[in-house]
Amino acid sequence: MTATATAAPARGAGRPHYGTHLFLIVMAVMWLIPLLWTLYAALRPKAVTDKYGYWSLHGPINLDNFTNAWTQGGMATYFGNTLTITVPSVLLTLLLASMMAFAVSRFTWKFNLTLLVLFTAGNMLPPQVLAAPLFEMFKHTPLPYSISSSGTLLDTYYAVIAVEVAFQMGFCTFVLSNYMKALPGGLTEAAQVDGASVWQQYSRIIMPLTRPALAALGTLEVVWLYNDYFWPLLFIHSGDRLPITTGITNLQGQFLLDYNMIAAGATITVIPTLVVYLALQRHFVAGLTLGASKG
Amino acid sequence: MSAIPQTTLPPAAAARDGVAAHTARPRRVRRLSGRDRLVLGLMVGVPTLIQAVLVWIPTLLSIALSFTRWNGLDLSGIRWAGLSNYSYAFKEYPPFWPAVAHNVIWLVFLALIATPIGLLLAVLLDQRIRGTRIYQSVFFTPVMLSLVMVGIIWQLVYARDEGLVNNLLGTAGTPGAVDWFGDSDVNLWAALVATTWRHAGYVMVLYLAGLKGVDPSLREAAALDGANGRQTFFQVVFPAMRPINIVIVVITIIEALRAFDIVYLINKGTNGLELLSVLVIQNLVGVGTVIGVGSALAVILLAISVGPIVYYLVRTFRRTD
Repeated sequence: MTATATAAPARGAGRPHYGTHLFLIVMAVMWLIPLLWTLYAALRPKAVTDKYGYWSLHGPINLDNFTNAWTQGGMATYFGNTLTITVPSVLLTLLLASMMAFAVSRFTWKFNLTLLVLFTAGNMLPPQVLAAPLFEMFKHTPLPYSISSSGTLLDTYYAVIAVEVAFQMGFCTFVLSNYMKALPGGLTEAAQVDGASVWQQYSRIIMPLTRPALAALGTLEVVWLYNDYFWPLLFIHSGDRLPITTGITNLQGQFLLDYNMIAAGATITVIPTLVVYLALQRHFVAGLTLGASKG
Repeated sequence: MSAIPQTTLPPAAAARDGVAAHTARPRRVRRLSGRDRLVLGLMVGVPTLIQAVLVWIPTLLSIALSFTRWNGLDLSGIRWAGLSNYSYAFKEYPPFWPAVAHNVIWLVFLALIATPIGLLLAVLLDQRIRGTRIYQSVFFTPVMLSLVMVGIIWQLVYARDEGLVNNLLGTAGTPGAVDWFGDSDVNLWAALVATTWRHAGYVMVLYLAGLKGVDPSLREAAALDGANGRQTFFQVVFPAMRPINIVIVVITIIEALRAFDIVYLINKGTNGLELLSVLVIQNLVGVGTVIGVGSALAVILLAISVGPIVYYLVRTFRRTD
C-alpha cells in the first residue's frame, strides 16, 4: 500500500479532494456501523435495552454479556476445537503444497503441468459439489470406537482436517509454484553439482527462500480455516466438537432473542481475526494478491 | 472464503522477472539418481493421492450418483435411475427454478453493484489522498470475517424490533416493521447488501494491487495527449488491468455459485433464500435423504462452474509452456 506514492508522483499531488473525502467518509461510516452497532449492543445489559430499546444512549456499559456468553455458551470449547482443526490443517497444507510446488516448478516431467492445472481447478469447485460423495465415503469408512465415537470417519476431526487440506492444497500449490518458478534456476543447479540431494535442495535452498510466500499463505489459511463453516457443518454432528464459526450458530439457538448475548458472542468470535488483521495485515493482503508473475 | 488463485502482479515478483527470464530452466527428472527420484515421487505422489481421493474422485462419484436412486444407507441399495433425478429437479422439484433465479440475481447484483463499488473505492484510494491507509483498513475489515459472522452481525442490524435499520426508519416496534431477513419479498436483497459489505472490500484490495501494476508511463502518455482523468481511466488504465479484470470476473461468478453460508445461517436457505448450493445440502442431510437428487443438483452446479473455471485455467496456463 506504500508503493502508490512512488509509482505515481504526479497524480493528485497538492490537489485537495473534498468531494472524494466526503464520499469516502460516508462510505467508511456505513462500513463501520454494523460493527459498532454489534459492539454497542454487546456492551449494554439486557435489562437496559429492554427498558429503553436498542436505539438509546442509556448506560451503564459493562462486559457482563461477554463473560456470560463465554461461560454459558461454552465458547472456550469451540475455540479449542478450532485450534485442533486449524493448526494441523494449515501446517499439513503448507508442507504438502510446498513439496508439490517444488516438484512441478523446479523439474520438468511429463504430467507436471497437467497436475498443476488439476490442483488449481479442484479448489475452485463449489464445495457442495463434493459434499455427498465425501459424506458417504466417510460414513462408510469404519473406525474403531476407541478413535471415533461414531465408529466411522464422521464426527471426527480427521475428516475435517483431511478435506480442508485437500481443498486448500490446490490454491497453495498454485501460488507457491509460481513463487518458486521465479527463483533463479542456478541456485538448485549449483547445489546439485555440489552433490545436494533433491530433499536438501528443497529443505535447505528453496524453502528458506520461499519464506515470504509461506508467511503470507499461512496467515491467509489460518483466517480462512478459522472462518470455514461448511465442512465442519457437514461432518461434525456433536455440538461440543464444533469449531467456533460453526458453533456460534448454536449460540443463536441457545441465547434465543437475547440480542445482547448474541452480539457479545459475535464480538468475541471476531476478535481473533481482527487481531490477526492488525498484526499481520501486510501478510494477509500479500497472500490475497500473491500469485503468478505471468498475468 | 473462496480460494481463487490470483494472477495479480506483486511488486516483488515483477521485480524478479528480469532475473527469471534467463535463469529459471527446470531440469529433467531423468538425470536424477534413484533415491532422488524416489523422494521426488513421494513429494508428488502424496499430495496427488490426497487430491485424487478427496477432490477428483468425489467429483466423479457425484456425477455417477446423480444417475442413481439411493437413501445413503447400504451400498448394495444403490439403484440405477437414468435421468429421472434430473427430470425431477427440472420439472417437479418446487424450489429448483427459484434457486436458479436467486443464483442469477446473486451474480447480477455482485457484478453490477458490489464489484463496481470495490473498483470505485480502489480507484479513489489509489490517488494520493490523506488517510488512504485508514480508509483501506475500514473497507477491508469485513473481508476478514466469515460470511457466517457477516450474517450474524447483519441479523442484529436487520432485526425487526431491535435492529438498527428499523430504528432509523422509525418502524421498530410497530406493525409496519419489516423483518428484513424473514420476509421472502426482501430477504434476498437484504442478504445481498450484507454480502456486498464483504465482497466490495475484497474487490478493492485486488484492484489496488492491480492499479499499482499499471505502468505509470501509460498515464503520463495519456495526460500528455490531453486525456482527462475519466478518459485516462476507462481508455488506458482499465484495459491495462485486463489480467486482474479476468480474475475479478471469475471470482464474482464463483462467489455467486458458492454462496451458501449466509443464507444457510439465516434460515437454512428457505422462504425466499433458496440457492442451488443449499438445495444440494437439503437433499443430503435431514429427513428423506435423496442422494440421487442432491447429486443431480450438485452436477448442475458443477456444470455451471466448469465454464468460468476452464476459462480461467486456459487464460492462466496457456502462456506457461
